[in-house]
Amino acid sequence: MPHKPIIGVLALQGCVDRHQPHIEAAGGVFRAVKTAAEIDGADAYILPGGESTTMLKLIETFGLWDVLASNFARKSVWGICAGSILMADKVWVDESKTKTQKSFGLMPVEIVRNGYGRQLDSHIGTIAGYEVSFIRAPVVTHVADTVEILAKEGDIPVWLKYGQHRLSSFHAELTMDYPSPMHRDFISQV
Amino acid sequence: MANNVINLKTGLAEMLKGGVIMDVVTADQAKVAEDAGAVAVMALERVPSDIRAAGGVARMSPPELVQSIMDSVSIPVMAKCRIGHFAEAQILESIGVDYIDESEVLTPADDEYHINKHDFKVPFVCGAKNLGEALRRIGEGAALMRTKGEPGTGNIVEAVRHLRAMNQAMRRIQLLDDSELMTEAKTLGAPFELVKMIKRDGKLPVPNFAAGGIATPADAALCMQLGAETVFVGSGIFKSEEPAKFAKAIVKATAHFNDPKMVLEASKGLGIAMTGIEISKIDAPMLMANRGW
Repeated sequence: MPHKPIIGVLALQGCVDRHQPHIEAAGGVFRAVKTAAEIDGADAYILPGGESTTMLKLIETFGLWDVLASNFARKSVWGICAGSILMADKVWVDESKTKTQKSFGLMPVEIVRNGYGRQLDSHIGTIAGYEVSFIRAPVVTHVADTVEILAKEGDIPVWLKYGQHRLSSFHAELTMDYPSPMHRDFISQV
Repeated sequence: MANNVINLKTGLAEMLKGGVIMDVVTADQAKVAEDAGAVAVMALERVPSDIRAAGGVARMSPPELVQSIMDSVSIPVMAKCRIGHFAEAQILESIGVDYIDESEVLTPADDEYHINKHDFKVPFVCGAKNLGEALRRIGEGAALMRTKGEPGTGNIVEAVRHLRAMNQAMRRIQLLDDSELMTEAKTLGAPFELVKMIKRDGKLPVPNFAAGGIATPADAALCMQLGAETVFVGSGIFKSEEPAKFAKAIVKATAHFNDPKMVLEASKGLGIAMTGIEISKIDAPMLMANRGW
């Protein structure tokens, strides 16, 4: 029997458990990971939605930066919303583009935190024919030529592919039947 | 479309899971909370223990204060309105807060009716002592529930009581036959459709957080192990001896709530926690958990 890939959802904070049915329906094994040993044990990672500043603080507090970075260099990563902020090459903390935030730099894109605005600006969008939610979402403002744009909303790239990595500024885990096409796409190539 | 609005409202609550939401009364405190790793702040004029001490009528915070806190941090900002005071809620929505807490910490404006939260685009969190109360609030449109606990006491006993009551009631429903659910809905005073959902899912249809009396990293770990998905800390942080340290420690303990060694580490070197109050020493009218129905 082929080995089922272990998808480690970084579980320091945020929307973790909602990925489980999608991952299982797409043929993966769900694993919430938050210690170095748990992180090492996964075949690929989902950096989930949540608060990127909180996740960054906890990664530093628990000394997980190096173990995450070394695993991310070898394995597939899909960053969602806050997780996409941790992945991007350049992160602007707001629209004024004056201050940047630390990130793992896994994909050559620029992203603006909360680029759409506050909760009242959260919205449902249609991506690849599916309804997905953008919740206090970041906006991708620049994409290198080497990055493949899988979907846009209007002029804004929202679902991106760069080698084995994926980035989405929307949530595939909240509104769709199991598995979402985004989970299927990510897990099929692990 | 109605489903979509609910998805966006509960969606933000999903993003706040596994974290700590801190009461703050100034922009500086909000920065301390954000630096400590809070997932959101609750903007208030006074923390619950000071509201309790001051007495009188406690109302929505001044708009300028809420705005200054929104301007100072990038994490979501919540603010409280009085139970039933939909005009205060309209003001908070106009300011653009990310969540409104229709809260028993403030003096109720309506002793019969809560706000029809479906009327709003901004999501609401409400408190509950038991499952019936939680399902009534969800029926009215609350996108997130929390225990009431007994705010401003630094005493965890009421939050624990409310968490256990909720868990027991949900386990009970799962044991019932389908033909018994309507009578259960009648007993609970809860919407029938929601009672059916509890039987199907074994949990609330919206996230369930703990609040009211959390004062230490161990209190946070206790609530999380009892099934809370995030904790609100009101007076516990800024009424402690060293707020920045306490804030960080509670964030650490919440992230690793099921690892006693990590909670131990988080509990060391904190200085003195807020002074607590024994619940039986509180005069009945000042029991905040009894506000609302």
